[in-house]
Amino acid sequence: MDAMAGRKPAVVWALNISVVLLVALWLFPTLGLFISSFRTGDQITASGWWSALFPAEQTLQIRAADPDDNRVDLGNGRFMVEGNIFDGQGFEGEMNSWGTSSRNLGAFAPGDTNDLGDGETFTLNADGTYVWEGNDDQISGRAQRLFIEVTSPPDFTLQNYNFVLFDENNSEGMAKAFFNTLTVVIPATIIPILIAAFAAYALAWMDFPGRAILIAIVVGLLVVPLQLALIPLLSLHNAIGIGKGYLGVWLAHTGFGLPLAIYLLRNYMVGLPRDIIENAKVDGATDFQIFTKIILPLSFPALASFAIFQFLWTWNDLLVALVFLIDASGQTTVMTKQIVELLGTRGGDWEILATSAFVSIAVPLAVFFAMQKYLVRGLLAGSVK
Amino acid sequence: MNPALQGLITIIIGVGGCVGYFYGANLFLDKVLFKPEGPNAGRNINRANQIRPWLFLLPAIIALGLYLAYPVFATLRLSFLERLPGNQYAFVGFDNYTKMFAEPKFMEALRNNVLWLVVVPAAATGFGLLAAQLTDRLSWGNIAKSIIFMPMAISFVGAAVIFKLIYEARPEDVAQIGILNHLYLLFGGDAPVQWLQVPFWNNFFLMAVLIWIQTGFAMVILSAALRGIPEETVEAAIIDGANPFQIFFKIKIPQIMSTIVVVWTTITIATLKVFDIVFAMTNGQWETQVMANYMYDKLFRANDWGMGSASAMIIMLMVTPILVWNVYNARKEMQ
Repeated sequence: MDAMAGRKPAVVWALNISVVLLVALWLFPTLGLFISSFRTGDQITASGWWSALFPAEQTLQIRAADPDDNRVDLGNGRFMVEGNIFDGQGFEGEMNSWGTSSRNLGAFAPGDTNDLGDGETFTLNADGTYVWEGNDDQISGRAQRLFIEVTSPPDFTLQNYNFVLFDENNSEGMAKAFFNTLTVVIPATIIPILIAAFAAYALAWMDFPGRAILIAIVVGLLVVPLQLALIPLLSLHNAIGIGKGYLGVWLAHTGFGLPLAIYLLRNYMVGLPRDIIENAKVDGATDFQIFTKIILPLSFPALASFAIFQFLWTWNDLLVALVFLIDASGQTTVMTKQIVELLGTRGGDWEILATSAFVSIAVPLAVFFAMQKYLVRGLLAGSVK
Repeated sequence: MNPALQGLITIIIGVGGCVGYFYGANLFLDKVLFKPEGPNAGRNINRANQIRPWLFLLPAIIALGLYLAYPVFATLRLSFLERLPGNQYAFVGFDNYTKMFAEPKFMEALRNNVLWLVVVPAAATGFGLLAAQLTDRLSWGNIAKSIIFMPMAISFVGAAVIFKLIYEARPEDVAQIGILNHLYLLFGGDAPVQWLQVPFWNNFFLMAVLIWIQTGFAMVILSAALRGIPEETVEAAIIDGANPFQIFFKIKIPQIMSTIVVVWTTITIATLKVFDIVFAMTNGQWETQVMANYMYDKLFRANDWGMGSASAMIIMLMVTPILVWNVYNARKEMQ
């Protein structure tokens, strides 16, 4: 089977390169958003995110200090202005060349002196310090304009995250939506696990009439689209007084998550060794004890994989929250809804969009990488069987 | 009260209530209803054990019945009714369905959904199979798999933002920040294109999002299936002089065919229900409507429950063959 050992190096290379391409194709979209979230709005619109990783060459247009305020009388009708061209520019980087008009762009190296004619000179050093000398007429009025070619290093900022998460004046911030999402997700993950674990145990290890039919029903309900449930359940919630709110969304997520939970957990519990359970029964343990003391601890991997599924699904959900949770006041908005709103109102402000989206993506990604093992195991149990 | 604290308290009440039910009901059964002592101890134990499974199942049955089974019938009923002012309903027969099929937007949604159903499962399964096979023998294969699997954790809405950035088009005279337009201009395009506004083809740009998300799922399942293939079959093929392509298509694929079918149907179901991507990226404009978004429009924007329910039933109808097939297989397996 291990054909790799006998393969030609060229084939191995081709294999590696094609996988690199595939991985790049799958990674770059997320990477683009991630990098954009650390750039200012100006940077994002000035260049694509892919150029943000490399030093950028650009031409700065800066004027020297106002000569009427800053000139120094050298005597003999000569005046001079001294200063640093980068003062107040917040600039970090390296100067490549400079010029004094758009016609002599890049004509001078840092440290050169540019003769502007009639005894007027301008000297610009690499660190931005300059000396501008000339007569009364020349060193007055409008300040000398400079075109400076610079290479600036990659520049990233945390200000977007600060604005999106912590700015109290930002009414479109993500902080509240983040906590609302958390409030939806935690019970909506734990409650179905509890209910499903008991049901799965009954379906796996207890004998009663109608068991096979119940299992078939669960399998059938696995694929029922939740779209069907929206109107009947919303009417029901309104009729019994739950209305729109957290309780409604928890119940809805519980109902929609249960088929998969029961199916996954039952499949796992059926595979547990029969001896352990029968020995416990002989020793006088009740079903409740067997379940809590033996089955639950042994089923941890299956519980974990369903917990991850349900967590990802409820965290990322938009439709259920729109229908069952978010009312006209908007106090209970969740992150997915908030992002859709931003797409409408701040469509061009990529620094806000990218940061908000990444705030909502970060937690599932962290869970994904930390618990990938269980996720894979759950996927395999849920679909191959 | 602080919202975080309020959330915490409601969480404790919700979860605590659930634990309390199971513990309390079990205690009630053993200590009050059928005490395992006295003259009827034996009979009581038997009775308790007959009731206990239903005790364990009760919350699940209620939740499944109320949240999944009942709505199917309620929606079916609603699809034959028209809502009148004052919470009245009138029976209208198939009117909702005929009206719906006469709407161009519905036919567009139906056409697009069929397009999605053909393209997305095929592409995601194909890419997944390719990724599974290519990474199988690679020293860094697990890292590659992790990255291809990663979009699985990203929400449809998050993915919509990610791909909107890719498709972003800016005026011709300024720098392009969407990589697709950047590459398009680099390889000889004349002017930046608003990719999501090009009718018909924009559907494929939306599908790319779902393919990107679902490929990892297909890869993980198919990769496990490929590893489960008995080595002897492949070795025998190598000895017989089969080339790698023959081994892949003639030896491996037939052996994992049943897994491919499972992956294909699972992605088909996910595709049928696709809502968030279209809702967030185009909201059905520029001829990108799909069934789930059409239904949402009818239910919550037009407030037309009859036609909304009718379109939901169409989605249900498309799922039904898979539902029957799954139940049939599950029953066969259990016997």
